[in-house]
Amino acid sequence: MILLQPFGALGRATLQALASIGRVAIFAFQTLGHMIRPPFYGREFALALLNIGWLSLPVVGLTAIFTGAALALQIYSGGARFNAEAVVPQIVAIGMVRELGPVLVGLMIAARVTSSIAAEIATMKVTEQIDALVTLSTNPMKYLVAPRVLAALIVVPLLVAVGDIIGIFGGWIVATGSLGFNPAAYLKNTVDFLETLDIISSLVKGCAFGGLAALMGCYYGMHSGRGAQGVGRATKGSVEAAAILILAANFLLTGAFFSL
Amino acid sequence: MIDLVHVEKSFGNNHVLRGVDLTIERGSSMVIIGGSGTGKSVLLKSVLGLVTPDAGVITLDGKDVSTGDRDAFLARFGMLFQGAALFDSLTVWQNVAFRLLRGSLKRPKDEAREIAIEKLRRVGLKPDVADRFPAELSGGMQKRVGLARAIAAEPEIIFFDEPTTGLDPIMAGVINELIREIVDEMGATAMTITHDMTSVRAIADHVAMLHDGVIQWTGHVRDLDQSGDPFVDQFISGRAEGPIEAVR
Repeated sequence: MILLQPFGALGRATLQALASIGRVAIFAFQTLGHMIRPPFYGREFALALLNIGWLSLPVVGLTAIFTGAALALQIYSGGARFNAEAVVPQIVAIGMVRELGPVLVGLMIAARVTSSIAAEIATMKVTEQIDALVTLSTNPMKYLVAPRVLAALIVVPLLVAVGDIIGIFGGWIVATGSLGFNPAAYLKNTVDFLETLDIISSLVKGCAFGGLAALMGCYYGMHSGRGAQGVGRATKGSVEAAAILILAANFLLTGAFFSL
Repeated sequence: MIDLVHVEKSFGNNHVLRGVDLTIERGSSMVIIGGSGTGKSVLLKSVLGLVTPDAGVITLDGKDVSTGDRDAFLARFGMLFQGAALFDSLTVWQNVAFRLLRGSLKRPKDEAREIAIEKLRRVGLKPDVADRFPAELSGGMQKRVGLARAIAAEPEIIFFDEPTTGLDPIMAGVINELIREIVDEMGATAMTITHDMTSVRAIADHVAMLHDGVIQWTGHVRDLDQSGDPFVDQFISGRAEGPIEAVR
């Protein structure tokens, strides 16, 4: 019997994982339902747009500019091994737009926004503010969850677009400042090389990652345990789940766009 | 009239409510007493639908509270939470007027603000508090704001969850007096849960003692001292010896 115990534990863990996936899926469908059915809370939506979008710009900008700059240096150094230094503009552009821009913005949003949403909603739950909402005839899913997820779906693709541009600009600064590239030629090569599908894939990824990040923050916040420990666990769990889901979704979406 | 018939609720192996039967008459003030962890809050939240009972029926004016229009049902209630449960991101007046700014009871913003300030005045707070945030207020002021929010939409039924917990005796006395005055003034039905005997005597028309998942005793507040019930006697005298097990 002792030999079978690991299999029992594996079975229980699998069942728990499947149950969690089911709960998140139900939560996501409920959120979708609340996003399209009135009442709508304009003030909450506007605040979420401001918090997720505008206030994330500095962190997104700084992440993108340093990544673009480092990418240019890496490609120049790596390309030099087979006399391909000239491809820096093209590879920086494709690297930022297709992959690094959306993924890094997604992960920064997971760190900044998912954690903040989870901690805020979990604290509201612990201090009975969620119960108070219900007694005041306000559905917490409509008032707290739907505006945040909708705002993230709209604003994160825009952040990704900004991140892509700043990342390319970071590469341009390094390439023209210290690697001897011609500024105008660098930009022309970048623009000529990028295809519409690259940009579409970047924005679609941004939309998916934003939705996942906000959804995980709301889900963990709404299902938080009691006390400070409950809030801490909800925050930690939300960031872990959002980061893993963003990376997994990136793999699936990249595969889907490659097959086009 | 609120009627609870054999209400049961368990959380895992913890059987909190084991068959609660209780009637709260319209316009009366019922205070439920009992030790910590005896299920008083669960009972109150069961009536509001914040907790779903495992068994039993709860009716309001003869209608099952688990069926029918939920918004219309909740519009009849106001509630003061133990920690006030004010929304941190909203100013005091927006908290008080929360129900008046959205939903079926929505009013123009100016009118809602006026009502909020009037309710704040009713609970003894000056109008300059209206534009402050809850975090800028003391515990006693937060409780008053919570009370103002509970009465803002003139509800028929008001629930008070441990209204004096965490307050000094003078502030607790002020809150008790306010609750009694407001309930009388509005002719509202009130249900309060507390283990503060001063509150009980100040607020209650009727008292029910919840212990071991059931109502051990219920009666008029004037009969409390002569209840003849060993659980009630031990609780109101605060003795460690008696049928209620005191963990040391």
